[in-house]
Amino acid sequence: MNWTGAMPLAGLTGGLLIGLAGAIILLGLGRIAGVSGMVARATGIASGGTPWPIASAFILGLPLGALLVAFAFGPIATRFPTSVTALVLGGLIVGFGTRMGSGCTSGHGVCGLSRLSPRSIVATASFMAAGFATVAAMRALGVTS
Amino acid sequence: MRRVLIALLAGVLFGAGLAHSGMSDPARVRAFLDLFGGAWDPTLAFVMVGAILPMAVAWRIRRRLDAPIADTSFVLPATTGITRSLIGGSVLFGIGWGIAGLCPGPAIADLVIAPVPAAIFVAAMLGGMILHRLLLAPPAKQPHLETPHV
Repeated sequence: MNWTGAMPLAGLTGGLLIGLAGAIILLGLGRIAGVSGMVARATGIASGGTPWPIASAFILGLPLGALLVAFAFGPIATRFPTSVTALVLGGLIVGFGTRMGSGCTSGHGVCGLSRLSPRSIVATASFMAAGFATVAAMRALGVTS
Repeated sequence: MRRVLIALLAGVLFGAGLAHSGMSDPARVRAFLDLFGGAWDPTLAFVMVGAILPMAVAWRIRRRLDAPIADTSFVLPATTGITRSLIGGSVLFGIGWGIAGLCPGPAIADLVIAPVPAAIFVAAMLGGMILHRLLLAPPAKQPHLETPHV
């Protein structure tokens, strides 16, 4: 356990902001605040669905929000994998998988779980289990990212 | 224009939440997924609880609305229909998530905080999305109009 390094309060308050953002998209615009879907729409990879201006504005907001926090509270830790292979391989699989599975941590994990959607419950259980298993396998094989 | 501003506001709040909660730090996310490293970091679980609370309230409010506040109708995905694609895609996503410690939201938010590694990941992610479109080109995805609640 790493409770000394954990940030329960910041996690909870940051989570509340994320949930508030999802609530605004749902009640204001009638849609799901799913980042993978919005990215696909904003880039034109997906056609149909959320109108392009809305998806693009939402995606543009993500880095702006991170910048705001950096200005308000100081530097944000971003300990990325040092291996370019891990970044590229991880990115490829995340992109492919989120399209195939119709969502990621935001759409299925936050919006879908809170809706008690059976599809999202299964999706979230699947990617959580795969995430735990992947990190465990990498540890067992001595692979670092 | 109003809808675009609402989407932008939501995006800013979402990005701020990711950065404030530590979820824009891939090592912290991997520390949550690392059950056997002796340094498990539960922060992500607190983020999930924090995010689900307002959303659960929003879903209850949604039942009372005929239409969203700033748009004409709710356009929501189906909740049922457990398919191979759903499970297979989600498992793949989880593998990539475990490898890099990144999912789409934090990767995009990090483009301004750690531009180089974030851009590499995001470029590969878009490549993966394009690859999916080329290989599995799903029959033109129509958004499901949700059936009215009973």
